[in-house]
Amino acid sequence: MLPQDLKPEQFTGYPTQARTLAVDNISILRELPLSFLPNLLREVIEYDYKFPLERQEIHEEISTLGALPAAQLREWFRPFRELSLPTSLERFDWLNQPAQFVEQLAAHLWSTHQMDLFRKAATEYGERIRAATPPTHPPIPRLGISIIGQDLSSYDGVLFRNLREHGTFFSNINPENGLRQLLDGATARAQAHPVPYGHWYVEGGRSMDHSSMLTFVSYKELEPARLALLRTMHTEIRRPGMGPEELRTDLAALQPAAVGLDNPGDAVLNHFQLKVLTEGSGTQIFSTTFAQWTAREALRRAQPLTLLVRFGPRQRERSMNELLSSTDDHSEPDLRGSLIDADMGAYYNWINQQRLPGANQSSFLAWFEGSSQAIAIGPSFARGASSKSKATLEEVLHWAGV
Amino acid sequence: MQKLFAGQTFSGPSLRGVAQELSSSRRDFLRSAAGMVLGGAFAGASPFLYAGPVKKRKVIVVTFGGGARDQETFAPSGQENIPHLLQELIPQASFFTQVVNRGILGHYVATASLATGVYETLNNFASVPPDHPTVFEYFRKDLKRPPTDAWVVAPSNGFSRIGESVSRPYGPGWGAQVILPKHLLLAAMSGATVDYEHLLRDNYETPLFAPQLGGNEFELQQLEKMLKLSVSDFKSYARTLSSPDELSIYVVQQLMRQQAPSLIWITMHDIDVAHTGAYSLYIDSIRRTDRLCAELWKMVQSDPEYAGNTTMLILPDFGRDSDGEAGGNGFQHHRTGDPSSRTTWMMALGSGVREGVIYDHPVQSTDLVPTLGSILGFQAKLSQGRPIQDLL
Repeated sequence: MLPQDLKPEQFTGYPTQARTLAVDNISILRELPLSFLPNLLREVIEYDYKFPLERQEIHEEISTLGALPAAQLREWFRPFRELSLPTSLERFDWLNQPAQFVEQLAAHLWSTHQMDLFRKAATEYGERIRAATPPTHPPIPRLGISIIGQDLSSYDGVLFRNLREHGTFFSNINPENGLRQLLDGATARAQAHPVPYGHWYVEGGRSMDHSSMLTFVSYKELEPARLALLRTMHTEIRRPGMGPEELRTDLAALQPAAVGLDNPGDAVLNHFQLKVLTEGSGTQIFSTTFAQWTAREALRRAQPLTLLVRFGPRQRERSMNELLSSTDDHSEPDLRGSLIDADMGAYYNWINQQRLPGANQSSFLAWFEGSSQAIAIGPSFARGASSKSKATLEEVLHWAGV
Repeated sequence: MQKLFAGQTFSGPSLRGVAQELSSSRRDFLRSAAGMVLGGAFAGASPFLYAGPVKKRKVIVVTFGGGARDQETFAPSGQENIPHLLQELIPQASFFTQVVNRGILGHYVATASLATGVYETLNNFASVPPDHPTVFEYFRKDLKRPPTDAWVVAPSNGFSRIGESVSRPYGPGWGAQVILPKHLLLAAMSGATVDYEHLLRDNYETPLFAPQLGGNEFELQQLEKMLKLSVSDFKSYARTLSSPDELSIYVVQQLMRQQAPSLIWITMHDIDVAHTGAYSLYIDSIRRTDRLCAELWKMVQSDPEYAGNTTMLILPDFGRDSDGEAGGNGFQHHRTGDPSSRTTWMMALGSGVREGVIYDHPVQSTDLVPTLGSILGFQAKLSQGRPIQDLL
């Protein structure tokens, strides 16, 4: 089937709001080339489980396309139409399995050396959409907080190496009540600016008491879901004919309830957590990877105003097969390795925060938990500077103006 | 279109521009840190003219895998991770700053492309042979070499078919012997693997899948016949090792001592632990691979069969995604096809190689096989690449 053959009744497999969105805009969907449309449908089919800003962006993208004159629409999608696709992809059920189609499309593009052309087409399209739909700026400057080194008492290496050139390094922080001060700072922002999914607390280790106003995701609390997922994966791979692509297809079709993610009050967060576990490589086994990937996805998708990420200790390296096979991940932690992972993870958290609208007003703070070392980045802090002044984390937050 | 990051800037330097930046960065760093000179000064002078009496030429290819970025290796911030390459090997080497891989960025298919000189399009996760003749087939058929003269030591079951293509008139009977050290260890263990799990990691991209073996894989009984190792000695020594790549180097050492093949291809893979997202494990693996490369070169220098007549080439199969590429997740993967994941380097050292020289111009991954052909004396007729003149 080709996009031009789309009919409203074919969207019956879509969740309620996604179906309405697709049917209401079917005339524009019919105009899009097969090398592009499933990429958009992959977002549309998840609409019911998207964060508010994601929904807004899907609406804006479709509205923009719908408002284009026919000639301009053809011009925008000419590079996509020039890609050569096999008929096997036309026969694929891309309407109901857009994500799986995109995987097969990617494999085809790689094998036919068209990936660079696709990448260029996607880049140009992204620029055009962004020009047509200016980003939504946050109501208050964003704040990112990364806490690293849980349970490690000291470290003799250099921390925050990638971040130092962008902000001020503090070497005389008073660590007392530091965790509480940072969490209270995040909570205060959530209370002052209550926005759905606007303020997050991601925990990679032992969780702290926190306000219900914070969207909370925890590696430890997801342990039943992680283990259920690993069991599912092991069952799947023993089926005849299974391979990596088949497994990904099956995981993409998995529903949160299948791994026990059935919080009735928050289907959006249930789906988000499932995707972190099924789409993030290493998130099922290493808490540091889980925290970094969760932060990346939260920033990319929910665009929070506040994101506090506390990295926890991850288990020591064992063979990958052993790690994935094990139902017990309470092995001895690798504290030093976890700190190094988290140091890089903090850097990535900052990079990903800076990709969002309002980046020049955003602030970021990273702290080696329990220590005197922290780095602060933002309009209030000098770049490439260091400070030996005594300070509390509460004061640093205050200086950040957040 | 899947959203990357709102407000993300797609515009930026061209692919070629970024590749050149990476190349320049490596060049500048090596000129200052290792005192190397630019290769242009030597144009036209073949080092082989001055090589003197030549023993039977031998070549060892090492893929520095699976994929390491500049910021963790050749950029100033990465130099602490590769002390052996920088202080011991590079001063003896010709260094190519810009090796571009325009193929599929999966480890098996990319290694197969390196070995055939053609950008292969086979399924990265299946145990299938390359479509085009491998370097081993050209070498053995053109030079009439016996099966024991070309060997592959490879990291995972997925590489079991890499020694021999399905191409006519090459293919069956002309390929390399393939040793999969982990497969060997597993067979030696007869199922009791508790003490050896750390050596049996198969791959990191799809860790739950290890393709079923078929074809020309090394059989357990050959452990004693070819490597002159008893099963118990092999098991005992393996117990002292910390990673699959250490096991591979141990097997190579035995191979050199017992068979002294003229063409050895070693695929390192520890670095691909990066797919787990644990940065510290990725860095540890780079340091280990750096050390193992130096150890291998010392083995070459101390073995009379190899000292003085061996050219060793070290190159990654490809890189990893840059931190700035919003579609990726930095060091963790090699999925975006960005310049950082496509642009790597190559080091050549030993017989016939100019020492301490940097070459800045771009070469392609597919140029390796025809270059090996020129060094060893065979013609890579179906390769898409061209011989690298600076090594001839």
